[in-house]
Amino acid sequence: MKKENNSLIRKDGFQTLLASLVCILGGIFVGYIALLIIEPSGALGAITAVLKSFFRYPGKLMLKYFGQTLVRTVPLLMCALSVLFAYKVGMFNIGVAGQYVAGACGCLYAALAWNLPWLPCLLIGMVMGALLGAASGLLKTKCNVNIVISGIMLNWITLYLTNLILGTVKSPSSPYTMSLMGTNPKALLPSLGLEALFNNEKSVTIAIPVALIMAVVVWVVLNKTKFGYELKATGNNYNAAKYAGMKENQNIILTMLIAGALAGMGAGLLFLTGIEDWETTISSVPAMGFNGIAVAFLGGLSPLGSILSAFFIQYITTGGGNVDLQVYCAQISSLISSLIIYLCAFVAFFKFFIQTRIRKSDEKKAAALKASEEGGEDK
Amino acid sequence: MTLLVQYTLIFASVLLLVALGGCFAERSGVINIGLEGIMVVGALGGALVMKFLPVTVGAPVMVLTTIVASALFGLLFSLLLAVAAINFKADQTITGTAMNMLATAGATVAVKAMNTAASGGNDVSSDIAYTQAKDLFIVRFGSFEFNWFMLVAVICLVAAYVVLYKTRFGLRLRACGEHPQAADSVGINVYKMRYAGVLISGLLGGLGGIVYITAGVSVWKFENGVAGFGFLALAVMIFGAWHPIKIALAALLFGFFRALGNVYSGFDFMMALNIPSVVYNMLPYIISLVVLAFTSKKSRAPKAEGIPYDKGSR
Repeated sequence: MKKENNSLIRKDGFQTLLASLVCILGGIFVGYIALLIIEPSGALGAITAVLKSFFRYPGKLMLKYFGQTLVRTVPLLMCALSVLFAYKVGMFNIGVAGQYVAGACGCLYAALAWNLPWLPCLLIGMVMGALLGAASGLLKTKCNVNIVISGIMLNWITLYLTNLILGTVKSPSSPYTMSLMGTNPKALLPSLGLEALFNNEKSVTIAIPVALIMAVVVWVVLNKTKFGYELKATGNNYNAAKYAGMKENQNIILTMLIAGALAGMGAGLLFLTGIEDWETTISSVPAMGFNGIAVAFLGGLSPLGSILSAFFIQYITTGGGNVDLQVYCAQISSLISSLIIYLCAFVAFFKFFIQTRIRKSDEKKAAALKASEEGGEDK
Repeated sequence: MTLLVQYTLIFASVLLLVALGGCFAERSGVINIGLEGIMVVGALGGALVMKFLPVTVGAPVMVLTTIVASALFGLLFSLLLAVAAINFKADQTITGTAMNMLATAGATVAVKAMNTAASGGNDVSSDIAYTQAKDLFIVRFGSFEFNWFMLVAVICLVAAYVVLYKTRFGLRLRACGEHPQAADSVGINVYKMRYAGVLISGLLGGLGGIVYITAGVSVWKFENGVAGFGFLALAVMIFGAWHPIKIALAALLFGFFRALGNVYSGFDFMMALNIPSVVYNMLPYIISLVVLAFTSKKSRAPKAEGIPYDKGSR
């Protein structure tokens, strides 16, 4: 029995899962302490509200909020896929936030100004994100600009440009863009009857299965194709890949292009459901992209793990809105997710710690075995 | 015109302080992407002092306390990076990114909790106002408003130059960023030096944070963080080739473009161009990208930056 237990803990995937769980527990624990400091009497209720999320609502309403949570999980998962895809090639794609914004800009403008149906809108969003990603990749390979810095600069430039462009299609009475439903209903993603599963929540569309399929596609590309192998080789050792005859710079640009397309698609899959409109006076880069980074690392940089972690992060974000706003604030869940990503930085150390422990216990056992074999007469 | 000079100088002071902070961290071998978050936390510390310390204490006490509080807040927050990057050999980019998110989320939660409690649930904003205290920082020469923070920035510049290039400590710090193994072999404690580098960057970054939020306005909404200014400062540091004097010149250039966004409406010819205001908002970011594209090719980055130091590795 003990042996079986041992072999499970030796698995890399299990160690990653364990590490992620520790990160989550740590994040929730510190978040709880923050709540206790703000107002001890209601803290337990508040953290329960965050963790129960949509489950606190009765039957039909719960299904509705469950559906909405899934709808918002989609862009988060796509951003996470973008981050982890780039990370495999050694690129820290913090520009994912800007690529997401560019995607929103492209698909909403195509839908509202040109009245295109949903598929071209989605594709235009992807292309916008891809262009921005490729720009970061080009700046890195041609001019050696640090990918994090160029990503951040592009995030802000894109945000201001998007506000400018989408300002031309905004509704006259509010800072938001015109609603898709009222202006161009054929730009809404088809639902294929999926909304019936979630108490007719209108925003539930094919976006959810599409995002799941994309996660699988990314997994296949990274793990089962020559292209994926080359990308990982470039990420592991740039020079070795170069001398092995791989086109390292082209790979980097291509990776960033794909990463950007994934993020842009994520924006399209959210905004084309009509669940929300773009606010043209927004003055900071949307947190979606940055949360995507948290999701990717919490998911152990695996596409399939990211599905779980994206759902979890969105789950507690939805839960954040449930706390008593007279006392606490909804940002408690951003605090928890940022703590989780901070703890994720320690994952490598955590795994190293487990592995050292395993090795030490192995050595001890081997030594004991040896001692019992040859040293019988000593005792 | 005076207004343009005034804003250029104050924004240059912010960029200078934060970029010098980045410089200390990177010279010791640790990449500090978390400067943005450190600025937020430093700004929070300073803003709290400016809100709660009565204005009657007078300018010197107010200025000094604010400076000490924001520097201290920044320093304490940078410990998060120091512990993760130096002791636990964590990925410095992830840690820094997490710190940026953590700072904005944490500051928002803290300020909202404070406002909510003070108002009994009526005010749930994340704003801190410091209108009266802000006046104590300003000395008026005609229409030019001299801000004590400008002097602080100059003092820090001189100090940074002297420390990095004229002291034994500076030499050792730089050695740890270039070749930590060699530094260790001659008896320098690499971990200690890197701690010093990161903590100094926290101190300067925190200081830069309070200067930034008091530069143009007298109320700050902490939900917004500091709008990528920490990253602009990193661009200034790279453009300034990790050298204090060059960083100061780069900060003036970037500060000028940032100031344009605040004051362009005061110039008739610029208004006549009829450029939308967002273009001015984008300007510092565009300029920094262009400048980086031309200067990053022959980067003089410290050789060992971003690589955790492991005594056992070769």
